[in-house]
Amino acid sequence: MSRRRHADENDGGQPHKRRRTSEPVEIEDRLESLICRVGEKSTSSLESNLEGLAGVLEADLPNYKNKILRILCAVARLLPEKLTIYTTLVGLLNARNYNFGGEFVEAMIRQLKETLKSNLFNEAVYLVRFLCDLVNCHVIAAPSVVALFENFVCVTQEDDVPQVRCDWYVYAVLSSLPWVGKELYEKKDVEMDRLLNQIDGYLKRRQKTHVVMLQVWTADKPHPQEEYLDCLWAQIQKLKKDRWQERHILRPYVAFDSVLCEALQHNLPPFTPPPHSDSAIYPMPRVIFRMFDYTDAPEGPVMPGSHSVERFVIEENLHCIIKSHWRERKTCAAQLLSYPGKSKIPLNYHIVEVIFGELFQLPSPPHVEVMYTTLLIELCKLQPGSLPQVLAQATEMMYMRLDTMNTTCVDRFVNWFSHHLSNFQFRWSWDDWADCLTVDLEKPKPKFVKEVLEKCMRLSYHQRIVDIVPSNFSALIPADPIFTYKYADESNTSIPGYTMSLSVGNAIKNRASNEEILTVLKDVPNHEDDDDEGESFNPLKIEVFLQTLLHLAAKSFSHSFSALAKFHEVLKTLSDSDEGKLHVLRVVYDVWKNHPQMISVLVDKMIRTQIVDCVAVANWIFSQDMTHEFTRFYVWEILHSTIRKMNKHVQKIQKELEDSKEKLEKQHQKKDSGDEDEMEEDSQLEEQIERLQEKVESAQSEQKNLFLVIFQRFIMMLTEHVARCETAGTDLNTPWYKNCIERLQQIFLMHHATIQQYMGTLENLLFTAELDHHILAIYQQFCSLQA
Amino acid sequence: MSVQLNALFSDSYVEISQYRDQHFKGNRYEQEKLLKQSSTLYVGNLSFYTTEEQVYELFSKSGDVKRIIIGLDKIKKTACGFCFVEYYTRADAENAMRFINGTRLDDRIIRTDWDAGFREGRQYGRGKSGGQVRDEYRQDYDPARGGYGKLTQLQRNTDGRNKF
Repeated sequence: MSRRRHADENDGGQPHKRRRTSEPVEIEDRLESLICRVGEKSTSSLESNLEGLAGVLEADLPNYKNKILRILCAVARLLPEKLTIYTTLVGLLNARNYNFGGEFVEAMIRQLKETLKSNLFNEAVYLVRFLCDLVNCHVIAAPSVVALFENFVCVTQEDDVPQVRCDWYVYAVLSSLPWVGKELYEKKDVEMDRLLNQIDGYLKRRQKTHVVMLQVWTADKPHPQEEYLDCLWAQIQKLKKDRWQERHILRPYVAFDSVLCEALQHNLPPFTPPPHSDSAIYPMPRVIFRMFDYTDAPEGPVMPGSHSVERFVIEENLHCIIKSHWRERKTCAAQLLSYPGKSKIPLNYHIVEVIFGELFQLPSPPHVEVMYTTLLIELCKLQPGSLPQVLAQATEMMYMRLDTMNTTCVDRFVNWFSHHLSNFQFRWSWDDWADCLTVDLEKPKPKFVKEVLEKCMRLSYHQRIVDIVPSNFSALIPADPIFTYKYADESNTSIPGYTMSLSVGNAIKNRASNEEILTVLKDVPNHEDDDDEGESFNPLKIEVFLQTLLHLAAKSFSHSFSALAKFHEVLKTLSDSDEGKLHVLRVVYDVWKNHPQMISVLVDKMIRTQIVDCVAVANWIFSQDMTHEFTRFYVWEILHSTIRKMNKHVQKIQKELEDSKEKLEKQHQKKDSGDEDEMEEDSQLEEQIERLQEKVESAQSEQKNLFLVIFQRFIMMLTEHVARCETAGTDLNTPWYKNCIERLQQIFLMHHATIQQYMGTLENLLFTAELDHHILAIYQQFCSLQA
Repeated sequence: MSVQLNALFSDSYVEISQYRDQHFKGNRYEQEKLLKQSSTLYVGNLSFYTTEEQVYELFSKSGDVKRIIIGLDKIKKTACGFCFVEYYTRADAENAMRFINGTRLDDRIIRTDWDAGFREGRQYGRGKSGGQVRDEYRQDYDPARGGYGKLTQLQRNTDGRNKF
């Protein structure tokens, strides 16, 4: 066995050839493999592969019918990008075995019901689409699909249901029409017209307060950021005008028409949408991300227009491919680049647009951000002659439009771009962006460059950054991340605490214990409290100790963490009060203000070791001392990380509580009679549950308080700004205001699930009608997301 | 309902590799069990000059990092080109295996692999000269990893002397 780590033939876990595992013993595995692989690159044509597979499956039906049904239902749900391949397969099977076709349809309807009940709404859309395409394969009769659609559209007439519920049912209908619109109109045009009119009515009356919150750019030029249902409606209208002629979708069933039209069709059983329940979580509305149009792809095939149905289908399929293969970047990139029909479209542009669309999606991207960076790198590797140029063009376009880009999206742009550059020796034509040097450095463009350079430095080192940018960019280069020691100047002995810092420093170097340090610190005067008991908040003590300690430990993160751990007791004592915690944070900032990354990791460590708490961090960020840092990216990273820690903490205790409750349940079930030992165990468990219940309540209270503090502070700052501008008669839309209001939005968006729990309190205490309408609007937009 | 299609969703970047730590205290089965549950990654092919800060920044992209232990030359006690990254959750470590493994840090393609868990002593290189074993035998010149491999260095020195 080789003792070396990965041999270097390939850069990652994925071998070039899939390692042939030993021949699958189970026929079921083989069936699964055959079905899943059909449509992949092959020496034979797709038609002959489908024909062959249908024959194999037909032969296996007597023994493996249920397994085959399950596999086919699963691929319908999980491989939507290969929809028409599998509907053709089902069509062929139905033609050979009518009963099987019927059983499949029934199984699909059952699966549809289950996915809807389990809140798997995106997958349910794929199932609906699959059923619709089965009309094209002569498996299902068109009128019964129209009836299904009629039931779906009836949902828009329901009273007292969330709009997002009705949205989904309308979306399910509209998004299936590219596949089946033609057939349905040929058979039932009157009914379809009626349906579309009802949908039109619904779309006109539904409210769209949420759109503003979800748009990546606030400007409508060059591409409006349309609400997803509006865009889809426009696309379907255009498709209808074109008499449902749709030429992009790959339709293998066309080749089999002579066989399929001989088949008998089934009717869908009547399907009533499950009623609304409080546990239903419908998908949030979306905005369609567009950054390219036909003018952007200089040569080659033309990009389909924004309201063409081709655009919808291409984007859907590309999203589905990413959804299926995001874990394996090489496969994902290969699948994207081998999109069927790619010769007729500027595929690279579509891919880049879809990827950035996901990366910038609000509230959050479907997958972890770093996946997109790595996927784009893989794509560049596979298409080195064309993709990097499209990517550079996209970057340039996004830079040009920074003025109207949502702050959250700018954050992600910064993260992506700096990480991407770090994989390509930071090569970039910075000179092209020299225009950003001519404006106020707080404006979006220079701010962006500044934040990018800061992130680039974190992945390299200060001198590297100095070397990679032209000299006229020096104002944007981050500070050299060095420690600022208050007591550094040996000649300046008159600074309060200077002598004490020497004693403390020596004590630390001589390996003093926590107690010994506290003794040394006893002599530090306390100007806050003349009646010095030694226990109350003493800012000078904190200053002297922490400055000295962090100075001695400044060499690396590990050194600093070690120091915090070693003197945990001292720190906990010093930071015992709220003011103590705030002061600790102030000192950390003072010494490390040139090294934001260090501030982040220290704050993280101090929360985890309970030297400070989450509320203290929030108060610190909104404090007067930090106003000049308020628009810096790192500050918000710290705040969001803090909120996440709070959320995880609550979830952890909740889980402990639930586990204990389950354990008690199980014990009750197993119990015979009053066995004394069991009673003892039970009461212990019950005590534990009570304790955990208290812990949960206390944690939730802390969490609620955290959000209240944050929102309160935002409201204060924004109200002040609005008032000031009104008095002075100036425009309130300054870069600072845009940043602040979008950061408030960001809190709502990034933590919406948690905040939902506290809506009542928020509305009663903070977001009342008396609030300035600019601020209240944010709250209302948030509410409309799940309305 | 939740039929998982094995043929479909392979997750090969997350699979454990062939490497087994020869110094592991326990049998192969135990080691493999730990590897499959681990939230600790071994990171290799680092430059000797890559800092803990850089590792933090990169690996934080897949989740909160609990701890980083920089690998040291056993004799010189200086960085010798590897480290361990511990996450709080396995899921975050898996994302690192999927998306950070095989990408660049400090201009070098780095490799990540599952580790059974840090133990005192494992932060030291196991090569005879104090660094990593790979740096004993490699023959290429790598300025970020001390130049030539140790054996090659010795040979070159001997050759040099023989020239006279």
